[in-house]
Amino acid sequence: MWELIRANKRNSIILMVLMAAVLLFLGYIIGSLFDPASGLLGRMIAPQHPFQQPQTVKTNYAGLWGMAFAATLWFILMLISFSSGDQILLAASRAKPVTHDNYPQLFNIVEEMKIAAALPAMPKTYIIPDPAPNAFATGRNPKSASVAVTAGLLGRLNRDELQGVIAHEISHILHRDILYVTLAGIMLGSIVLLSQVFLRSMFYSSMMGSRRRYSGGRGGGQAQIILLVIAIIAAIIAPIMAYLLYFALSRRREYLADAGAARLTRYPEGLAGALEKIANDKSPQLATVNKVTAPMYIVNPFKKKKQMKLSDLTSTHPPISERIKILRNMAGASFKDYSDSFTNVTHARTPVPPTALTKEAVALRQASAEARKKERVEKQMRQVGDIMRRINEFVFLTCLCGIKLKVPPNYKADKVRCPRCKRILDLPKK
Amino acid sequence: MVPLIIVAVVIVVLIALVIGIYNALIRLRNQVDNAWSQIDVQLKRRHDLIPNLVETAKGYMKHERGTFEAITEARSKAMGARNVSEASKAEGALGEALSKFMLVVENYPDLKANQNFLSVQEELTSTENKISFARQSYNDQVLFFNNKIQMFPSNIVANSFNFAKRDFFELEAPAEREVPKVSFT
Repeated sequence: MWELIRANKRNSIILMVLMAAVLLFLGYIIGSLFDPASGLLGRMIAPQHPFQQPQTVKTNYAGLWGMAFAATLWFILMLISFSSGDQILLAASRAKPVTHDNYPQLFNIVEEMKIAAALPAMPKTYIIPDPAPNAFATGRNPKSASVAVTAGLLGRLNRDELQGVIAHEISHILHRDILYVTLAGIMLGSIVLLSQVFLRSMFYSSMMGSRRRYSGGRGGGQAQIILLVIAIIAAIIAPIMAYLLYFALSRRREYLADAGAARLTRYPEGLAGALEKIANDKSPQLATVNKVTAPMYIVNPFKKKKQMKLSDLTSTHPPISERIKILRNMAGASFKDYSDSFTNVTHARTPVPPTALTKEAVALRQASAEARKKERVEKQMRQVGDIMRRINEFVFLTCLCGIKLKVPPNYKADKVRCPRCKRILDLPKK
Repeated sequence: MVPLIIVAVVIVVLIALVIGIYNALIRLRNQVDNAWSQIDVQLKRRHDLIPNLVETAKGYMKHERGTFEAITEARSKAMGARNVSEASKAEGALGEALSKFMLVVENYPDLKANQNFLSVQEELTSTENKISFARQSYNDQVLFFNNKIQMFPSNIVANSFNFAKRDFFELEAPAEREVPKVSFT
């Protein structure tokens, strides 16, 4: 547990340093361009010194000013989000605070998970009035954290599944992911803002200043144009780089939060069932979300418009079917069990840091009485249905992917397509 | 002069190390105590909920006198428990009595439709969960603490300052571990 948190902190710091480097580099390049003595744009803006010769400048003060500007921008955004970032986010998603009196079950479940995770304080609980099932956690540290779930989620999940989702969110709090998302989000925001401002001002100045573009271009002009090209490329590439870094780590953290949820509840099926219900949900996408806040949610709040093969690099969340499979494949509830199941399912390197892979025997828990009873009833219903179908001469087929097809007798073709894996199956001759 | 400095440095480093380990042990012990108080809070809450539950259900379940008596008796035993091992036994028995009661409730649809009862039932379910999660986290902390005071080099500090091992809190209810058999024949 503690090893994992330590590894997470280290990764956060590496990411922050990388992103800070990108931000400062961008600031430097853009600043250099605005140097009134030698910068291309600087001379465009300040044409009142047309006879000033471009000199070989020893120190690039304008570049440093650009860096300072970038750092200031970052600092201001940081101050805002540290003082009230979670409040802004919660207000923007129209979340309403919940007490034990109006939603006893949700409140109880949050408290249960708070106890399981041994958090120092009870996280504030919110409901977002939105039919799309989703949830997120935010805050600076475990002492002042918030958990928000949508009304759609509350309506669809049973107690065990809701517990799984809350456990996933509490794991984000416990692993300090909320701080990381806040910090990385601000850094990403500053990079995007800076490059947008620069690109737009470029566009604007090229329209306005096209007549005097080369007015002062004696000596060193070539180097300046090269610098300009580099700056434009940097302004386009930097946000993309930052996004990729941000998404890569946030995917890893989703897996880890799943593992943490399984360990806290000792019942991976709860979260797996919840993810399945969320994946099969047909309600419209969450109304209040953007690309920077998307990694905070338990599942990607953006619905794919078509069945596209999205590149793994640009997705904020791991594929939901994979997450369900890993959870259902777990032999115990420890991080090691999750890691083993992960390599079994994906054949990829485990997201769990090796220091957290200590052997510990953490047995799985059984479903609560309510869920077990429902399962039993469902199984009985299915068996009764199968008997009826057998009497009515349905053909039973088992596909290689495990799904059971029940073909009605009035189906005339001799082949059928599996609805899950799209394999073509032969029907037996009568 | 030089050897003197080396000796002084070694002594200072050793003292710093002992202070660090001692503080870590104290922190861990406080965490264990805190985790135990969490269990205690929830156990007390369970004891408080039971009269409420019995009161709500009594009117509907006139013929289940035995079940009620079993719960009330288990409760008073659990409230009188003095140490961890006694509490383990008594609380385990109380948990068992409560889960039996919940099975009996299935036969009383009127009771299950009662809003009051439903809210007491949710509170009880949640309290049972909280007890088991608090126990889970307490046992994790105890394992960590016990490992620390047995492992080198912290065991030297632990022994010289009399840090004692702590007991795990296991609810002794054999029925809890049995897998219920379901057959469809």
